[in-house]
Amino acid sequence: MHPAYSVILFTTASGAGYGLLVWLALGAVVGLVPVERWLGIVGFGAALGLITAGLLSSTAHLGRPERAWRAFSQWRTSWLSREGVLAVATYIPAGLLALLWVLYERLVTPLALLAALCAVATLYTTGMIYASLRTIRHWYQPLTAPLYIVLGLASGAVLFNALLHLFGQASAFPAWLAMALLALGAMLKVSYWQGIDTGEKRYTAEMATGLGYLGKVRPLEPPHTQPNFVMREMGYTIARKHADKLRTLVLVLAFAAPIAALLLTLIPAPVAGIAGSVLAVLAMAVGLVVERWLFFAEAEHVSMLYYGAEAA
Amino acid sequence: MTALPATTAKKLGLVIDLDTCVGCQACATSCKEWNTQGYSAPLTDQDPYGADPHGAWLNRVHGFEVGEGDKGRTVHFPRSCLHCETPDCVTVCPTGASYKRAEDGIVLVNPDTCIGCKLCSWACAYGAREYDYDDGVMKKCTLCVDRIYNETFAPEDRVPACVRACPTGARHFGDIGDPNSAVSQLVAERGGFDLLPEFGYKPVNKYLPPRQRRDEVPPPVRATEKEVATGAAVEKLFAWVDRVMSR
Repeated sequence: MHPAYSVILFTTASGAGYGLLVWLALGAVVGLVPVERWLGIVGFGAALGLITAGLLSSTAHLGRPERAWRAFSQWRTSWLSREGVLAVATYIPAGLLALLWVLYERLVTPLALLAALCAVATLYTTGMIYASLRTIRHWYQPLTAPLYIVLGLASGAVLFNALLHLFGQASAFPAWLAMALLALGAMLKVSYWQGIDTGEKRYTAEMATGLGYLGKVRPLEPPHTQPNFVMREMGYTIARKHADKLRTLVLVLAFAAPIAALLLTLIPAPVAGIAGSVLAVLAMAVGLVVERWLFFAEAEHVSMLYYGAEAA
Repeated sequence: MTALPATTAKKLGLVIDLDTCVGCQACATSCKEWNTQGYSAPLTDQDPYGADPHGAWLNRVHGFEVGEGDKGRTVHFPRSCLHCETPDCVTVCPTGASYKRAEDGIVLVNPDTCIGCKLCSWACAYGAREYDYDDGVMKKCTLCVDRIYNETFAPEDRVPACVRACPTGARHFGDIGDPNSAVSQLVAERGGFDLLPEFGYKPVNKYLPPRQRRDEVPPPVRATEKEVATGAAVEKLFAWVDRVMSR
């Protein structure tokens, strides 16, 4: 599948934003983070800013962005529509939570819990847009949607930890929370890769053409001289050796490096804390963009059976 | 509304004869010509006179080579929307622009409400939907909905443009849901089949297999729709065909 930059930015940025929102809300409920004005301004500014930037970026993927509002109507059948509805609905508890926090330094616990719940639900619907597509074996996997949730929560936790360091509110728990989520994310991602590498290709060019009883089906005369939309969008492929290199890069940048940097923050020195937590954010940001790019680039579409793919 | 209709009064569709198709591309060009001025207008091309010409077409004719050596043969293979009974391309649409008509089963995109998110093309197993890069909306076969009901046309012209253009009579149009229709009888007589029935989208369009050569195995007796639903029958059938062919 063609990796569209707007969609990569959308899923990584809004994923981290929803994750940060979850940890701000839950952190305040359990007393891990003080309900203080400037922390609220920077924290919710970052969370809602990332969410909004991601959602705006996703409309850049549309042919007719001015009609994007129509996407809220078909939540009965469409995961994309559900994602749109929940993304906008999350602004209500999140916005109220942020306003009360920043203006009155007040925390309303049910509101915080509702905001966290909406954020996790939105992450799930984002994952389900991909996980529900039977045409793409690499996405139609049990781990696709859980990975969107875990990677969103992990990147949010890394941001949350950095925020606490910047405001001198650091403690060991947020760092361990971020490390645990990163480790879980790495485990799920490796397991996902094993799943797609060993998964069965259920459909063949013979099934797609119904001509298998005559023998092997091979393309002879292409229907067009240059790639059409279907080939450009669905036929994007990445060589296996490049994919392997990028997978290693993801493991290093998105998971190993942030965990190492977070361990550094546990050293009781203010410089180590700030440097480590900021390094963790930077490495993870680059790592997750590569991870998301690969999520698209590695995915194969069943329609390519008509364009020379032997199985999908 | 992107919910699929429970049933459709008719199942209008195409029956394509892989025996008589000569791969002349007349159906594809005729489709392009009609639809660039009809329901799907504009049907744009990008870089048409440059190094990388491409554009939205609703019908594509592939040429496949099947079998080995003197048993090998060329099969010309037109491919367009199959107007499936239970396709995900309709249900994934977030705006309701993609819909299936209850009256005749035609799957259409409303060009006034499509946002061009391309998700329907991702959900189509047959690569039948093509995004129009200039118009910013998805395009697909309309079964020439603007011809088949057009009473200002002579009756013989009230068929899709591709059917009208085919010089070898390899394309047939009609109600595949009516067992007494000419197309249904043709499907029964020639062993018409579904593309990728294992996928479960229940295509309406049918394909007729190339006729048997004297030195060839006969085309398989295909599973009926009811048997396909179980899945297992088809798997057994393919396994049996494989065994027969490897003897």
